[in-house]
Amino acid sequence: MKRAGFTTVWLPVALLLPQLMIIAIFFYWPAAWAVQSSFYLQDPFGFGSTFVGVENYTDLMANSEYGKVARFTVIYTALVTFFSLAIALLLAVKADKVIKGAKSYRTLLMWVYAIAPPVAGFLGLMFFDQRNGPMTEMFQALGWDFRLGADYNSTATAMVIVAVWKQIPVNFIFFLSGLQSIPKSVREAALIDNRSASGRFWEVTFPLLAPTAFFLLIINITYALFDTFGIIDTLVRSEPGNNPVTLVYKVFVDGFRGNDLGGSSAQSVILMVLVLLLTVFQFRLIERRIHYT
Amino acid sequence: MAQVTLDRVRKTYPNGFEAVQPCSVEIPDGELVVLVGPSGCGKSTLLRMIAGLEDITDGALSIGTDVVNDKDPADRNIAMVFQNYALYPHMSVAKNMGYGLKNRGASKAEIDAKVQEAARILNLGDYLDRRPSQLSGGQRQRVAMGRAIVRDPELFLFDEPLSNLDAKLRNQMRIEIRALQQRLGVTSVYVTHDQVEAMTMADRIIVLNAGRVEQIGTPTEIYERPASTFVAGFMGAPPMNLMTAALVSGQLQVGGETKLPLTPPAVATDEVLVGYRPEDVRLGGDGSVVLDVQIIEELGANRLLHGQLGGQAFSISIGKDEQAQVGPQPITLPQDRVHFFHPERGTRL
Repeated sequence: MKRAGFTTVWLPVALLLPQLMIIAIFFYWPAAWAVQSSFYLQDPFGFGSTFVGVENYTDLMANSEYGKVARFTVIYTALVTFFSLAIALLLAVKADKVIKGAKSYRTLLMWVYAIAPPVAGFLGLMFFDQRNGPMTEMFQALGWDFRLGADYNSTATAMVIVAVWKQIPVNFIFFLSGLQSIPKSVREAALIDNRSASGRFWEVTFPLLAPTAFFLLIINITYALFDTFGIIDTLVRSEPGNNPVTLVYKVFVDGFRGNDLGGSSAQSVILMVLVLLLTVFQFRLIERRIHYT
Repeated sequence: MAQVTLDRVRKTYPNGFEAVQPCSVEIPDGELVVLVGPSGCGKSTLLRMIAGLEDITDGALSIGTDVVNDKDPADRNIAMVFQNYALYPHMSVAKNMGYGLKNRGASKAEIDAKVQEAARILNLGDYLDRRPSQLSGGQRQRVAMGRAIVRDPELFLFDEPLSNLDAKLRNQMRIEIRALQQRLGVTSVYVTHDQVEAMTMADRIIVLNAGRVEQIGTPTEIYERPASTFVAGFMGAPPMNLMTAALVSGQLQVGGETKLPLTPPAVATDEVLVGYRPEDVRLGGDGSVVLDVQIIEELGANRLLHGQLGGQAFSISIGKDEQAQVGPQPITLPQDRVHFFHPERGTRL
């Protein structure tokens, strides 16, 4: 068979160039710059910098504040990922069974997806408002002195709830389409083979949903780590104080508020390595073990 | 093993569509019954009601002595083979076959023994550790069969199990399924739209049309004495010739002039439908009936002559040793092979 191809070298190069330039200018260049500046100590007024080797990194490792933020980020990511996946899966399984008005249900459940993270943060501010927020009142009725922005655990709870709420629709859409791509006859065969509904779900439906679930797991970890910036910024009103923040937010605070570009760059590099490891993990370790039909 | 009784079983959908009209059938223990009909005739709906995958609107369904209308599919002691096999893609062949047993609390040793036995019967011994995606269509079909056998059910249900296979494999699997069913002696209901499968596999055939049972009978009965023009046209390839003949002073006449040398049935109508199987008509005769042959189809074992008789399409089948040419040919219509049908209702006279 004859393969279609280009006759000159220049046309494909010209066609690829815009994309390559975008990647180079907006990704590789800043990334390289971050790596480079992570080895320097910047003058706070921007007049010069001194090469300090790995001192920025060793400082970070020795810094108990950084350790605390890292621990919070891990817990935060785990909670956001777990709850947004679990709740979305539950909703998708239930919505999948709805026959009448299924489209309206699905649209309503997907709506939140269209809300920008800072707007979600603002809605969160209203819900968790100290004086008349319904969530605050609910927590207080339950006996918890909930104080957004003043109490570490209160702010952390609000951050998790808003981030989960914002992410559920995306997961819901994927889970629902994953469920609907499972052949009806396979489910019917399971109906004949297994009388227990939960057994059928965990032994047949869920394994067939595993590729979707795994993809979403990675997406959600990335989301909780990086994309919740807007929510956090709004909820802490750009003044973290002693409120919890994630690693990404700390990069911003240290670099642009604290003017410690070197330390902030070192933190970015650590995050880049983290993402790299996550990607390798995704492709090498798990994807091979998950069954794709 | 069990007999299956359908007592005025009926299916109506919420929108009022009656997919299956009240249907009463008794399937004796060990018989293979084929539900056949064109697509949309309700045959799959009927099968799915027996399986419990579809609610029964009215009537009673019994497997053995129990009415099972309200039993879960898993509690009906049935096994079903699906058109697209419906194997669990994430399980090995052995796990696919053993899944139903495992859920019924069978011991591991018992499951292993039954899976090994089924694998031996179906020649799947080398594939037990493979995933369904690593198997060919025929092998998947065998695994689906294995999954059914392993459960030792009272009733096998087959939903067009061969329609995804190529023609050669289909013929082979048809014989295998039939042989297996006879050996195991399990009562079976088999759905197909293929009249050859119906004829070759069935102990008895149920012909369905538009949600209604047209005829129930052995393959021979269905072929030799079709109860309606629908059955006559559906079973048999090429289909039965059906001509409208006028009754003029006790004589059957087609196309105004050709008189058919047949004794007409005693009816009050002035027209009847005359049916002939193509192979029941003989070439040659006294010239009173002439077929204007237009096309000759060579099938190897026999030839089909397609033409016009009294202005209506008519085909006959002749042996490969008989000679034929295009143009008017005298034919003989034997009185003992004719089928008469009511001109409007299409029922057998």
